[in-house]
Amino acid sequence: MGPFLPFTLKIDPTKTRLWKELKLGSPLIACRYDPTGKYLFATAQDSSIQRVNVLDASTTKLSGHQGWVRSMAFSKKDHLLVSADYHGVINLWNWQQPTPKPSNTIEAHDGWIRALAISSDGQTLASCGNDLKVKVWSLPDGRLLKTLEGHDYHVYNLAFHTKEDRLVSADLKGKIIDWNWHQASIIRELDAKVLHKYDKGFMADIGGVRCIAFNNAGTLLACGGITNVSNAFAGVGNPQVVLFDWSTGKIKQQLVPAVAFQGTAWGVAFHPDGFIVGAGGGNGGQIWYWKPDQPNSFHTVSHGVSFRDMTLHPQGAQLGVACSDGVLRQYSLLALVSKIKA
Amino acid sequence: MQPCSYQCGTKEHLHSRRTFLMGTAAGALGFAGMTTMASAQSLKSSQKRVLVINLAGGASQLETWDPKPGTDTGGPFRAIKTSVPGIHICELLAYTAKKMHRLALVRGLNTAEDDHGKGDYIMHTGRRKEPAFDYPHLGSVASKLLSPSESSLPGYLHITPSGGSSFGKQDAAFLGPRFASVTLANGQPPPNLFAPKNLSPDAEQQREQLRSQLNQRFQRSRRSAQTEAYTASFDQAEQFMKQAHIFDTGKEDPRLADRYGKHDFGRHCLMARRLLEHGATFVKVTHSNYDTHHENFDFHIEQLGEFDRSFATLIDDLVDRGLWSSTLVIVMSEFGRTPRINHLYGRDHWSKAWSVALGGCGIQAGAVTGKTNANGTAVTDREVHGGHLFHTYYRALGINPAKNLHTPDERPIPLADPKASAIKELLA
Repeated sequence: MGPFLPFTLKIDPTKTRLWKELKLGSPLIACRYDPTGKYLFATAQDSSIQRVNVLDASTTKLSGHQGWVRSMAFSKKDHLLVSADYHGVINLWNWQQPTPKPSNTIEAHDGWIRALAISSDGQTLASCGNDLKVKVWSLPDGRLLKTLEGHDYHVYNLAFHTKEDRLVSADLKGKIIDWNWHQASIIRELDAKVLHKYDKGFMADIGGVRCIAFNNAGTLLACGGITNVSNAFAGVGNPQVVLFDWSTGKIKQQLVPAVAFQGTAWGVAFHPDGFIVGAGGGNGGQIWYWKPDQPNSFHTVSHGVSFRDMTLHPQGAQLGVACSDGVLRQYSLLALVSKIKA
Repeated sequence: MQPCSYQCGTKEHLHSRRTFLMGTAAGALGFAGMTTMASAQSLKSSQKRVLVINLAGGASQLETWDPKPGTDTGGPFRAIKTSVPGIHICELLAYTAKKMHRLALVRGLNTAEDDHGKGDYIMHTGRRKEPAFDYPHLGSVASKLLSPSESSLPGYLHITPSGGSSFGKQDAAFLGPRFASVTLANGQPPPNLFAPKNLSPDAEQQREQLRSQLNQRFQRSRRSAQTEAYTASFDQAEQFMKQAHIFDTGKEDPRLADRYGKHDFGRHCLMARRLLEHGATFVKVTHSNYDTHHENFDFHIEQLGEFDRSFATLIDDLVDRGLWSSTLVIVMSEFGRTPRINHLYGRDHWSKAWSVALGGCGIQAGAVTGKTNANGTAVTDREVHGGHLFHTYYRALGINPAKNLHTPDERPIPLADPKASAIKELLA
């Protein structure tokens, strides 16, 4: 029988604190925990992927991409990591190998691949990018199953529904398509155009769905990016996460930081405890926590460095943040709670 | 004010003008297409022109003419082969890469000026801005030195992406308002240029005769540069009014027009071609905006996606019409962008090591001069600045850069900065 400890650990987002920092070198682009939570993977502007052991911070470099890697997705089945780069290449890896090498390489898209998603059963991969296409592949063989065409602008993100055999993709202009991917047909469209603006002064489009997630029950879809843009070339705008009621396809809530912040929401996730976590960058970085029925964040964590991506640990106790200064930061959501009643 | 002669009036120009007018007259009789081509063929041998594509805001040299893939500054894009062996440019210029054998690159440009306005001034005048003196734009100088004496088009035309039409007399500096820029906002002719529809041709003619008589009477006693400019602008406007067909792009074969792309910049490049083939001396097309402190890569995909195809098509059309070898083509910005990628995926202002592209009249096609270091932060070979560019432009046009222009008080001003010289390896 162990010693009696008068404290226990409890997830409390309001007690979020910077837990670990690891300088990886080149400015980081994206990060993801593997499904077991043992490793945190980060991609960088040197086109590398680095695997970081969460406990001992040992790192392993995964070499195989020639272009920037914006997206990674995992399947527990076969310990599969799929990564995609801006040269249109998808690589498949076994993330547990001592030094992972690509087991399969697919010339998947013409130009940038902006996002990947793997279905909950681990059998299907989806990819999207600047060729305006969404492609669906079988795993682990990487065979092309379907090519979905319905976007008129660069396709920025996608996600498989957590309960139904459905796929959504979202583009620069905030058009979200709900696909029956088996038939390559569009079921409906959702509207997140609040995340896009054509800046008449700058004469260019800005925005797009930069992050996307379904909740575990499949009742909510969150899409994040930038809104209220007043100056496109300086990135002057505010982050926002648009929360959709999946059953109706209507916007349920527009989630914004409670504290004024200029930048883009680059990451969003549904925490198992029911709150929503987002993170973004611009003039520094911020992490936001929202309740689904309230527009303003109930807690905000700020940092001086711009955040470019965020990933939630499978157990929900930590966040990983990819930072523009080349540092991979982990935040802990755990707080000490006394077991002794007053 | 001193009376002065502002017109070049050489026999060569007069010949060009006469031939051109014959062409347009015949065009009115129903041979428009053939005559336009004939005029262009004739013009090509005698009239030299300038086309400037101004990528406003500061296009990234790394995403255009001097890519550095695989380095810490290189960004996400690849370098691709061009039609000239050994020359690689950014993959965002896939169409232009196929025309590289018609272009030349200056990769060692150091203009040492990171301010938009001051950088723009250097690139338009070849000089640094001085507190008490203004130099004329290249367009104004070209208007003075290259325009046929009775040109029906303003000598310095600027197609802007938006805004209103304007008359940029400050661009002409001491050359006077006669050589000012005339803005064609969004490729449209100046408003009120054409006579009201309810004004009959006879009434218009009578009105013009009265104006002319009054003007001549006034000039007999008070002739000055201002009055001459005023008179010339009316004369030119009268000629310009007869050229309305230039702006009617609806007469273009839709398939040919569509090659420029279905966007404003494509339409503006098509308009530039039409202006040049109808005798315009200097046409600047501004494409906006490249000031990408934020999301440099996404924005360059969007902007260069427009520029690339339109510019490559414009090259083809100028070649096909026999205008390429007599048209100096300059693709420039006010500066480049930082090799360092900032925290917003942006690039900031950078004038220490950047590039311009040239082509056409007097330019050695396929040449590259200047070199930057591995990650593009500094020029390592054949560094040049704005003065060198302007010497090169004038040499390419067959103009002595040491030639003096004169201010109204007869102060001689050399065309190009005397401390610089032409980039000879770029001259054909």
